[in-house]
Amino acid sequence: MTRRVAVTGIGIVAPGGIGAPAFWDLLSNGRTATRGITFFDPSGLRSRIAAECDFDPGAHGLDAEQVARCDRYIQFALVAGEEAIRDSGLDLAVENPWRVGVSLGTAVGGTTRLENDYVLVSHGGERWDVDHREAGPHLHRAFAPSTLASTVAERFEARGPVQTVSTGCTSGLDAVGYAFHTIEEGRADVCITGASDSPISPITMACFDAIKATSPNNDDPAHASRPFDADRNGFVMGEGGAVLVLEELDHALARGAHVYCEVSGYATFGNAYHMTGLTSEGLEMARAIEDALGQARLDGTAIDYVNAHGSGTKQNDRHETAAVKRTLGAHAYDTPMSSIKSMVGHSLGAIGAIEVVACALALTHQVVPPTANYETPDPECDLDYVPRVARERRLNNVLSVGSGFGGFQSAVILSRPREKTP
Amino acid sequence: MSQPRPRRAAVTGIGVVAPNGTSTETFWKSTQEGISVLDRITREGCEHLPLRVAGEVRNFDPPSAVEERYLVQTDRFTHFAMAAADLALDDARLSRAETDEAPFSVGVVTAAGSGGGEFGQRELQQLWGKGSRFVGPYQSIAWFYAASTGQISIRRGFKGPCGVVASDEAGGLDALAHAARAVRRGTDVMVAGATEAPLAPYSMVCQLGYEELSTVDDPARAYRPFTAAACGFVPAEGGAMLVVEAESSARERGAPVRATLAGHAATFTGASRWTQSREGLAEAIRVALREAGCAPEEIDVVFADALGVPEADRAEALAITDALGAHGGRVPVTAPKTGVGRGYGAAPVLDVAAAVLAMEHGLIPPTPNVFDVCHDLDLVTARARAAELRTALVLSRGLMGSNSALVLRLGAGDAS
Repeated sequence: MTRRVAVTGIGIVAPGGIGAPAFWDLLSNGRTATRGITFFDPSGLRSRIAAECDFDPGAHGLDAEQVARCDRYIQFALVAGEEAIRDSGLDLAVENPWRVGVSLGTAVGGTTRLENDYVLVSHGGERWDVDHREAGPHLHRAFAPSTLASTVAERFEARGPVQTVSTGCTSGLDAVGYAFHTIEEGRADVCITGASDSPISPITMACFDAIKATSPNNDDPAHASRPFDADRNGFVMGEGGAVLVLEELDHALARGAHVYCEVSGYATFGNAYHMTGLTSEGLEMARAIEDALGQARLDGTAIDYVNAHGSGTKQNDRHETAAVKRTLGAHAYDTPMSSIKSMVGHSLGAIGAIEVVACALALTHQVVPPTANYETPDPECDLDYVPRVARERRLNNVLSVGSGFGGFQSAVILSRPREKTP
Repeated sequence: MSQPRPRRAAVTGIGVVAPNGTSTETFWKSTQEGISVLDRITREGCEHLPLRVAGEVRNFDPPSAVEERYLVQTDRFTHFAMAAADLALDDARLSRAETDEAPFSVGVVTAAGSGGGEFGQRELQQLWGKGSRFVGPYQSIAWFYAASTGQISIRRGFKGPCGVVASDEAGGLDALAHAARAVRRGTDVMVAGATEAPLAPYSMVCQLGYEELSTVDDPARAYRPFTAAACGFVPAEGGAMLVVEAESSARERGAPVRATLAGHAATFTGASRWTQSREGLAEAIRVALREAGCAPEEIDVVFADALGVPEADRAEALAITDALGAHGGRVPVTAPKTGVGRGYGAAPVLDVAAAVLAMEHGLIPPTPNVFDVCHDLDLVTARARAAELRTALVLSRGLMGSNSALVLRLGAGDAS
């Protein structure tokens, strides 16, 4: 008997929208949250724009001790986690804690604090033999990426399998995928999953500058992220966190939970090509999509919406357009495919989970979010990218895809709750 | 209704780059002889830090193991990973020509806890010492936790499922379990394991916050779990990669099945809550035994987590008895990591490598530097002990609160 996996709760901290209602309002209205960087002085950088969260941890219920102890990306996960658990209606006090797991993704983890403390211990980059006496008390927590899942597991008293997943920019999709398989394989009944990253710091901005991956559209930040547009010139850095409650379907139905959708397929493959480069054929992403479709027992023509990775780099958008055509065939041209990175930027490891939340909301509202800023078609990207305006559409199955540095190619399929077959 | 026999995950290759050996043969020799290589840290810029003793990998020459173009774009932890993966694939007799025939049937999964700390520190120094345009093009791919999986996949042309668990120590076992599940789901071969390089100056400063860290200066006294003198753990670098393969695939190509990954479970009981880890570790052992279809009495040897913190050692000793009953007091327990240190996620992978070798040789390696055990355990000390070993249990706990247990069977794990 196959165990099915339901999404029963969602929570989100995204640029321009904290909480699911505000996030959906942003997406469905096609507003953008990209702007000039305010967190530090970005002068000297090639890309000086980002999608920042206006996030006040105190206003979202975190106490002073949590704020001091937890890096910003973990604060996002705690706040999104509270919302998701509340939304799910799950009473963790009555759950068997050994059957509750956590699977959270992050690409760069605690690098912001690592950088801040580095500046202190190195006396502003002067010393290789750094001075440990200048280090802050929580530095070891920033050093260990597992702090993310650990902190969330402690908060919700999960005692099952607890994992931090770090596959670069597919971390969010992979974390949700691992959670899906964890429940499907019977290793947990509930899994708190998602991803979080807060990479808007000098070192992370500088390292993407160095390879010209980020957009230099500094003069018009609000329209800087231009996935699939002929004039796209790189991604706009973002930050945020998203958490979903995944639950074995019968477990959810037994307690009368609201089921947003089911996770029906997940797969990931490596492209074995280049750490940052992508082929124009998209073979490996196509393979991930096919494998996920196989798990969902769906044909490519059953996909009603593709939530694209759509980072806005030249090669990415071409790559995944090819992958989607390869798997959906002629149906690809009739299928809306949009990138919410046009609105909330690219928050590295977090974005995959943010996009899964966007898909769950799209299924709920039966609305496809648009690709903001899309104006000029690119002959190499010739699908329906839902320019600027959200679209009502009958949605049963939606596909979210992602690519990451390291060659990771991942696909997740969400489906409207189907009748249970005996 | 009869179920189809599930695909079993076998170990067919072992590649070790450890402080006590940069080949599987030298590693096993030092391990079974109980040689301790813990010593004063010699890496540049670390002399002044109040952490003096570690397990360094000193006999490793990156340029002789890995091509220049990969070396320049990667940190030391990925150098170890690429070298260990090569050794494991050679050991499994899997050639490039063979894997190129079906690239989607070979995947990679690593655990990573320290990331590319040395590379990252160098680039941070460029940025803050000189300016943002002095940050090099490889920072974005060398520092992050996914570097080793990505580079192994690219360098060897593997297009199968690729994953990274950026976990605490227990993540090393979780990565192997992840590989076993990928095999059960249909991938033929997974290259799986962990390597770490946490001995760069800034990375060491970061670790100073761990209250479990030993700061004793004498290498012979710095890491002595299960004794009254336990004073914390000693960190280490290096690690191991294994070839985890479908038993059917191994049989088809005539490769020996060295061991079977028979059962695994992971639980969580909170960061540094060592007393509570007793319950979590016992639960992980029970579930792993159930998955393996293994009775407690079948366990012939336990490779302990052996943190070296009195409260944690007590919890582990009790957890073994909680889960294995009376057999827990009789089964030989060992912790060879006292001779090499704890390489975070890599530590339990080295233990799995040692466990496979121990079963093959019928020899339980000892626990260096440890005598006068103060817990009710049959800890193998001083010298290796000969024994018929068919089933091993490997335990690991992480500083962030994970507990993990893995059951290994010698060969294909059945008498037939």
